[in-house]
Order: sequence, then C-alpha cells, then structure tokens
Amino acid sequence: MIYQGKQKIWADYQKEIPDNHYFYVRSCIRQNFFPASERYFLKICRDLLGRDIYETEHHTTCAGIAYHCDTLPQETAMTVVARQFALMTEAGYENLVTSCITSFGNYCEVLESWREFPELEAMIRENLWKACRREFNKPKYVAHASDLVYKLRGEIAERAKFHLVSRATGEPLRIVEHIGCHYSKMFPHKGVGGAEYPCVLSGMAEAWGGQVIDYPERRHCCGYGFRQYHVRANRGYSLSNTHKKFESMEPFHPDMIITNCPGCPYFLDRWQYVIAEQTGKTYGRNGYGIPVLTYEELAGLVLGVDPWDLGLQIHQVAVEPLLDKIGIPYDPARKYLGMDEKKIMTPGLPTSLKCF
Amino acid sequence: MDFGFKLSPSSAVNLDTVDRRRYDRLVQLQPDALTCIGCGSCSATCTSASWTGMSVRKVLLGLQRGRDEEVDKMLSGCMLCGKCTMVCPRGINTRQLILTLCRLDKNGEVVR
Repeated sequence: MIYQGKQKIWADYQKEIPDNHYFYVRSCIRQNFFPASERYFLKICRDLLGRDIYETEHHTTCAGIAYHCDTLPQETAMTVVARQFALMTEAGYENLVTSCITSFGNYCEVLESWREFPELEAMIRENLWKACRREFNKPKYVAHASDLVYKLRGEIAERAKFHLVSRATGEPLRIVEHIGCHYSKMFPHKGVGGAEYPCVLSGMAEAWGGQVIDYPERRHCCGYGFRQYHVRANRGYSLSNTHKKFESMEPFHPDMIITNCPGCPYFLDRWQYVIAEQTGKTYGRNGYGIPVLTYEELAGLVLGVDPWDLGLQIHQVAVEPLLDKIGIPYDPARKYLGMDEKKIMTPGLPTSLKCF
Repeated sequence: MDFGFKLSPSSAVNLDTVDRRRYDRLVQLQPDALTCIGCGSCSATCTSASWTGMSVRKVLLGLQRGRDEEVDKMLSGCMLCGKCTMVCPRGINTRQLILTLCRLDKNGEVVR
C-alpha cells in the first residue's frame, strides 16, 4: 500500500483531544488501590503544565461498577451520570475527563444510548429533576485521563528528569502496555488507535524512551471482569486469565507493565503474588515480579517525583529493581513512612515472590 | 496457601508440540479426510451421539490437536450404522474412515 493510503487509514484511528478546560471525575476504587495516581495527574496537568482541570467534592461514583455487576438497572446508572453532567454544567465546563476506564465506557455508553433513543434521555432528565431539581447539558467531549496525558506526552518528555532506558546499558526498557477493556473495546472510535491499534499507552512509553513489546495475548483481559472477581467462586477464572497473560509475555522479558485502568494494575500486580504462592513461579528476574505501574505513576517517575510520594510502596511487586535499572534515587528507610514522616506498619513478606 | 480458589488448567493447544502422526497416517490411508469442512452434519445425524458423545467432526478435530484419549473414547461409542456417510455433503465415506482409524495406534501404525 502506498504511504499516503496508510496515512489516510491511520487518520481514522485518531481522535481530536481538547487541550484544556476539563471537568475531572475520579474513580471510586483507584483512590484505594493506587492513591497517588489521581493526585499526580492533577499536579502534573494543573501545576506543571498549567491546564485548567476542575473537580468538585460533590461528584459521586458513576455507578458503572454496580451496573456491570447487575446490581442496579441502567436507568439508575444513567440518572447518576446525568447528575455528574449537571455538576459539570453548573461549574461551566463542557469537556469531561474521567479517571476510570469503566466510567469512560459508561459515559460513552450513556451518551450513545441517548443519541439512539432520545426518549430515554427525556426520561432521565425528568428523573433527575424529580430527584434533585438539577438540569444539565451533555458534554461536548468525553476524554479518559490517559488521553490527556497522551496528548501532553511531548510536554512531559521535554521536562523529563529520567528516561525509560537502562542506566547500565543505555538500552530502552522493554515495556508491556495493557489497555483496559472498557477503553476501546466498547466504542472503538472513542479510543486513540481504535480497538485494533490502541496506542494511548505505547505512545507515552515510546515518547519517554521505552520500547513497547508485542506478545500473543497483548489484548487479552487482565482477568478482573466484575462478575468474575466479585463472586468468590469465580476468582479462579480471574486468576487463570491473568496467568495466561503472564505466561504469554514471559518469553519477552518485560521490565515493567503500564496500564490505564483501575482494575488492571491491581490484578496484574496482586495476582503475581497469588500465582507465586500457588505455583512457586515468578515472572521477573531473580525471583522478583514484573512491576505494574499506572501511567500517572510512570509520568511522575519520569518527571523525577520521589517514588514513595507516588505511592509505589503500595504495590505488591517490588519496584526497587526497576528504579535501580533506570537510575532513579530512593531512600529505602522512607519506604513505609506515612504523612509527616510518621512510621506506619511494615507489611509481611511473601514466601515465594521476592520483595524488599 | 489456600486462597479458596485456584488456577484452572489452560485449554490452550500448542500446535507446534502436538503429535499428529495418527492424523497424518489416516490422511495417507483415507485422503478424503482432508476434504472435511467440519459442517457437523455427521454429528447431527449420529444415532449414538446423544448418549456416547460420538462425533466424527470432533474426532477429526481431536486428532489434529493430538487428543487421542478423547478420540478413542468417542470411537468406542460408534455403532458403524453409516448414517453419517449418507449425509456428508462432501461425500466422505465416514464409516470407512472410522474403521481405518480404529486400526491405527497412537503412533499411526496399523495394528489390527
């Protein structure tokens, strides 16, 4: 195929991401799993890059987690979403940026449903008015936070204090990128690169010096799947999915995994411990696991933020070998110090997975 | 440590490591096997399928995936009635194919 033809096809997979003025909605579970990620997204975008990102303490869950677990009907989830839109409208914003992949999928699904069935939108507007006397405008643009960081990746690269290369050899780090299923598998045209070539994370990794590796199960689910993990009897299925991914990526010797979903980093991280306890197998070098980072944590590391301020001590898999490889300084004595240098509890060590 | 759940064995088939000697020998003796399109007409019409699990389509698939034990179990349920031969859209003599297969061991050697 001629070059221009390829360019034209690739253009269909791109999306125009507004540069500024966003209403930010947080994830309900990320703040527990990886608490510094959302904080550093705001710090990087607002303080470092000077973007206008507004958030309000009045916003709630998008109800996506309950909707996908079949515990509430879609109309209820839509009314909750409509309330978020009302908060956005009241604050004077037109662009919505979500921290959570499932929220992103949920907002897109709600807007698409209203486009297809306008009578449903009218019903939800009426429900919202009856419930809390609010009205709303639909957002002009819904972005995921990783879209915005993808757009700003060049500006972050310009300010980078570290690059994703091995300090000893100068070789780029081998990075596995894992994209949440609700990002582009539900509405392919809403994600950068569509469902076939999502490049939102690979674009960041390459801009910051890393090398993205391809492996057979690259687009496989991380294994979370709400109805798999939340029902205890199904957790073996969740674990087996994650195991399948690790078995597939193992021959390519990845240095790290980056993700853009709340569930994926949690399960790719924690299941490494469970797999090691059950089978004795670890996937990193010398008995360690493969560190799993969120894209905000990776951006923070690249920008020179202290790893313990980024909350990397909350990860199950030890990140120290990765920090040593890049050459990022850290103080081991500060690892488990809380706010105001107060000493908090030190976790016990696993039997099979090597940790610090 | 018991977590209350465990890893399920993977159902992935690595075609690079599958032993296909029995299938290759079958194809040598009954080249018709190559013309199978896997439509499942043979399985749909099979008299013994509902209580023995016999399926000519699955037998051929199992052979290509090196699952000899499953194949032998299915073959033991065949009554050789020949209905599958009558419905095959590709005209494969499936009854003859099953008889030939029963004579082959796992290494593809004719033993009966």
